[in-house]
Amino acid sequence: MTSAAYATTEGGALLVIAIMLPVIGMLAILALGLRRAERIAYLVLPAGLLIALAIAADVARSGEAVTYVLGGWQPPLGMALRADGLSATLMVMTALVLCTVGLFASGTFRTQPDRAEARSPMVFWTLILGLWSALNTVFLGQDLFNLFVALELLTFSAVPLVCLDGRRETLQAALRYLLFALIGSVFYLMGVALLYGAYGTLDLAGLRVLARDDLATAVALGLMIVGLMAKAALFPLHLWLPPAHAGAPAAASAVLSALVVKAPFFLILRLWFDMAPQPGNAMAAQMLAWLGITSIIFCSVMALRQARLKLMIAYSTVAQIGYLFLMFPLVMASDAPTAWQSVGWTGGVLQLVSHALAKASMFLAAGLIAEALGHDRIDNLNGAVKAVPISVAAFGLAGLSLMGLPPSGGFVAKLMLLTAATETANWLIAAAILVGGILAASYVFRVLGRAMASPDSDFVLKVPIPLYRELAVLGLAICAVLLGFVPLQPFAFLGIGRVGLP
Amino acid sequence: MMSTVTLYGFCAAGLVAIGLYGLVLHPTPLRKVIAFNLLGSGTFLLFGIAARRGAAAGFLADPVPQAMVITGIVVAFAATALAVALLLRLVEAGGSTLEPIPSEPQDDRPS
Repeated sequence: MTSAAYATTEGGALLVIAIMLPVIGMLAILALGLRRAERIAYLVLPAGLLIALAIAADVARSGEAVTYVLGGWQPPLGMALRADGLSATLMVMTALVLCTVGLFASGTFRTQPDRAEARSPMVFWTLILGLWSALNTVFLGQDLFNLFVALELLTFSAVPLVCLDGRRETLQAALRYLLFALIGSVFYLMGVALLYGAYGTLDLAGLRVLARDDLATAVALGLMIVGLMAKAALFPLHLWLPPAHAGAPAAASAVLSALVVKAPFFLILRLWFDMAPQPGNAMAAQMLAWLGITSIIFCSVMALRQARLKLMIAYSTVAQIGYLFLMFPLVMASDAPTAWQSVGWTGGVLQLVSHALAKASMFLAAGLIAEALGHDRIDNLNGAVKAVPISVAAFGLAGLSLMGLPPSGGFVAKLMLLTAATETANWLIAAAILVGGILAASYVFRVLGRAMASPDSDFVLKVPIPLYRELAVLGLAICAVLLGFVPLQPFAFLGIGRVGLP
Repeated sequence: MMSTVTLYGFCAAGLVAIGLYGLVLHPTPLRKVIAFNLLGSGTFLLFGIAARRGAAAGFLADPVPQAMVITGIVVAFAATALAVALLLRLVEAGGSTLEPIPSEPQDDRPS
C-alpha cells in the first residue's frame, strides 16, 4: 500500500484540542451539575473560537496544512487530522456562528435560578457542544470511516435539537429527519465498504494515489454522494428539512440551517475533488447541477408560498444549498490549472460561508421577531419594525446575501458562480442563478414589506427583547455583508494544503 | 460453482434490497426503523466480505473491516435507540407508531 506519509506539524496539537474541548465541556456539564450547563458553555464557546482562529492563523502563516497524526500511527492503520485552508475557514465560520447563537440563546435557554434544573437548557447546551465537536471532526478527519462516525455524531446531536419542545409536530419532524439521515449514512457506509474492498485503505490521501477509474470506484462514490445528498437536503431528498428546521427553536434552527447541512456538502467536495479519479465524470457533475437548479427554482417558489416566516426561511435554505451544487460542472469545465484556482470553486465555497452567516442571522432575527410579536405569520408582521428595529435590519442585511445584491458575501459568491457559468457557456446554470436571485428578492421583500408596515391600533409587544440579543444577530448579518468586500478572484488561502492531481 | 464469498455477497445484496424496500415504501415509522436495521445488517455483511476477501492488503481475513463493523453496529444501535426514544415520546404526545408521518410541513403551529 502506498500512502502519503503524514507528519505532525508544529501546531498540530491544536486540532486535537479543537475536537476535544467541546467534549470536555459536555463531560463537565454532566460532572459538575446540570444547572451549570450554560456557564460551562460560555467558557467553552470563546475558547473554541480562539482555537479556530489560531489554527487559521497557523495555516495562513505557514502556507501549508496543519497536520496531526494520532498516536504517531501512520495511515492506513492510524488516523491523521489535517486542517487545510478550506477546513480552517469552515472551522472559523462554525465557531463564529456558534458563539452568536450562544449569546442569542442565553435569552431562551437560561437555567432559572429559582427553579429546579430544567431539562431543555441542559439538553440544548450539551447538544450544541456535541455538535461542535462532530463538525470539527468532519472538517479535520482524513479517514472515510472516521468521517462516517463524525457524521453520525452530528446527526445524533442535531436530531434532538429539532424536538426540544416535545410537541407532536416537532417529534414527527425529528423522526423524519433521523430516517432520512440514516438512509444517507447507510448509503455512505456501503460506499466505504466497497472502497475498502477495492483498495484496502480509507485514508483520503492514500486513496487519491490509488483510485482507479473503474466501475467499483464509480459505484462506491455514487453511493456515498447520494447518501450525503440526503443529509445535505438536495432536491428531491429535501423533504425532511423544512418541517425540521422550521419546527426547531430559533437558536437550533440557525445552527441546523447554517452549519449542519454544510458538513455533508463539505464531504462531497472532499470526495469529488480530493479523492475521485480526476477529471471527474462530466455527466455526474451535470446531474448534480441539474438537481441544484431544480432545488433553487422549486424551493424558492415554495418559500414564496409559505405563510410562516420560519418555514419560508427553511425552504430558502434548500434553495441556497442548490447553488452549492452548481459548482461541479463549472469547476470541471474551467481552464484553471487546478480546481481550487478556478472562479467556480471560490464562488461555491464563498456561497457556503456567506449562506451560513446570513441564514444563521436570518433565523435568529426571525426568532426575535416571533418572540416580540408572539407569532410568525408573515401576513401579520406589521409593526415588527417598531418592536424590534435592529432585528428587522439584520433580517434585511442577511436577505441581501440570499438575493445576491451588493454589498454582501452572497453577491460576490453568486457573481463568481455567474462568471464561471458564462465563461464555460453553461447558460442554463447562469439563468438559474439569475432567476433564483429574483425569487429570493421576492420572498425577502415580501417579509420586509409587511414588517415595515405601520402597526395595527391594537398592537402589543409581547416580550421586550434585550438589546444585546438584537446586536448579536446584527453582528452576524454584518459579517455576511463584510464578506462582500473580498476581492473578486480565487483566494490563495482556500487552496492551501490542497495537494493532488491537477 | 459459486464460492462462499459470492453467496454471502448475494445475501448482503438481498438484505440491503429488503431493507431499502421497507424503508422507502412502508409508511409507518416503526416499520421503517426495523427496515433500517435490516439495511444496516446487509451493509455490515458487505464489510465481512471485504474482510474475507482480504481487500487490497492481500491476506485472508483482514481484521480491519471487522473492527469497523463493530463500530458500525454500535452506531446503528445508538441510531435505533434514538429512533425508539423519539417514537416513545411521539406516543406520549398523542401520536402513534403505526401512523404515517405527515408528508407536508404543518402550518398550524399555535402562536
